[in-house]
Amino acid sequence: MIEFLHTYGLLFLVGSWPNGPVGGFAGTLILAFLGLAGAFPAALLVALARTGDNRYARALSTVWVYTFRSIPLIMIVFWAYFLLPVLTGTEVPPFSTALAAIIVYESAFLAEIIRAGIQSVPAGQREASRAVGLGYFQSLWSVQLPQALSNMIPSLVNQFVSTIKATSIVYIIGVQEAAFSAQQINSIELTAALRTYLVLALFYFLLCALLSKLAKSLETRLRNKRLGLAA
Amino acid sequence: MIQFEHVNKWYKKYHALNDICGEVREGEVLVVCGPSGSGKSTMIRTVNKLEEIQSGAIRVGGECISDHGVDINRLRAGIGFVFQQFNLFPHLSVKDNIALSPVKVGGMTRKQAYELADELLQKVGLHDKRDAMPANLSGGQQQRVAIARALAQKPPLILFDEPTSALDPEMVGEVLSVMKNLAAEGMTMVCVTHEMNFAREVADRIWFMDRGAILEDTTPVEFFSHPRHERARKFLADIIH
Repeated sequence: MIEFLHTYGLLFLVGSWPNGPVGGFAGTLILAFLGLAGAFPAALLVALARTGDNRYARALSTVWVYTFRSIPLIMIVFWAYFLLPVLTGTEVPPFSTALAAIIVYESAFLAEIIRAGIQSVPAGQREASRAVGLGYFQSLWSVQLPQALSNMIPSLVNQFVSTIKATSIVYIIGVQEAAFSAQQINSIELTAALRTYLVLALFYFLLCALLSKLAKSLETRLRNKRLGLAA
Repeated sequence: MIQFEHVNKWYKKYHALNDICGEVREGEVLVVCGPSGSGKSTMIRTVNKLEEIQSGAIRVGGECISDHGVDINRLRAGIGFVFQQFNLFPHLSVKDNIALSPVKVGGMTRKQAYELADELLQKVGLHDKRDAMPANLSGGQQQRVAIARALAQKPPLILFDEPTSALDPEMVGEVLSVMKNLAAEGMTMVCVTHEMNFAREVADRIWFMDRGAILEDTTPVEFFSHPRHERARKFLADIIH
């Protein structure tokens, strides 16, 4: 095993970099981070549209959610892969294609989590914030979202973790990331499939477990602050 | 200060407010009472547009609140509102609950707003609680903070929507005494309440409401000694044991 890691460690960690794009674990980390960083704000907008008063925005956001959560990610990846070049008229690198597909797909799920979070804040909170003169966005930003987000942490972590794991699917369009590296190693070694995929599984596990742990401590901190236990 | 002109409100077919006409003068303390479901809370909530009305007009400080071009946020900032369930912001400390609107809407610096919060907390007798979180306060303390928060934009008018109904009995007194002090300072107040002793001692006028309409608009002395309507007589008999 040590020799195996010695031989392929670099390929696992960064893919074919510096002779090609950054891949391997680093590729997955970058893809997952950018995916979440893009999907979360997009989801926030969709959720606000879905809970807002404008009926066109509401209809559009509803269609968005229904469409993208009802199609498997792999279909969206394929669609993006074949459609984006036609739309833009230029070749789109696989990484950007995958990123766009992940953002679109995850935004649908995250939007529903955020919508539930906003709607779980008691109506009295919105009324009290409007009664002291806060506008719609001020009330959302200062009163409703802080409470909604802290209630949403467990569901958000679920979705974040699922997004990280979902990035593994994009190796099929040739994006350099952890699963792609594993695939390469497996086809070089031929007899090391178990070892290869054990390392891959451990990587995903550690990454997701670390994220869950961080979220748990954030949750505890917010609760303590609310109860006046934190210094 | 407030004028109701033939105000009507329906929830679907239910006639929640039925041709409300009346005036609250500057410096006056008005107590609104009546059986539950009579439209008291709905009426008080129309004044700062937490509830929309379907016909008629409401003027606050001479300005018709349903006019286009009225800045509803500025209007609301100038009307204090105290809720039955306090509705403090649980993620903010006491001083931040009070400072939120002066900073976000009133354009104060945080430092000024905290000084104002200290001053208002002194007024409601909670100056030692400035850094506490709402979850650590009793119901009576929370409601006093809510009153301080309602005072933060120096409103000429405060609306109270059953401010003591959600409190344990031993905490009702502390909240009422803060309200009495405000009344003594000449604050214009509209209080929906079942506290008849408060009405007797503090109110300048009483409205008795039933089924969305104002049945009596009179002085406390008159209301308690000679209620004109059968419904009012029954209400008083039921409420005063």
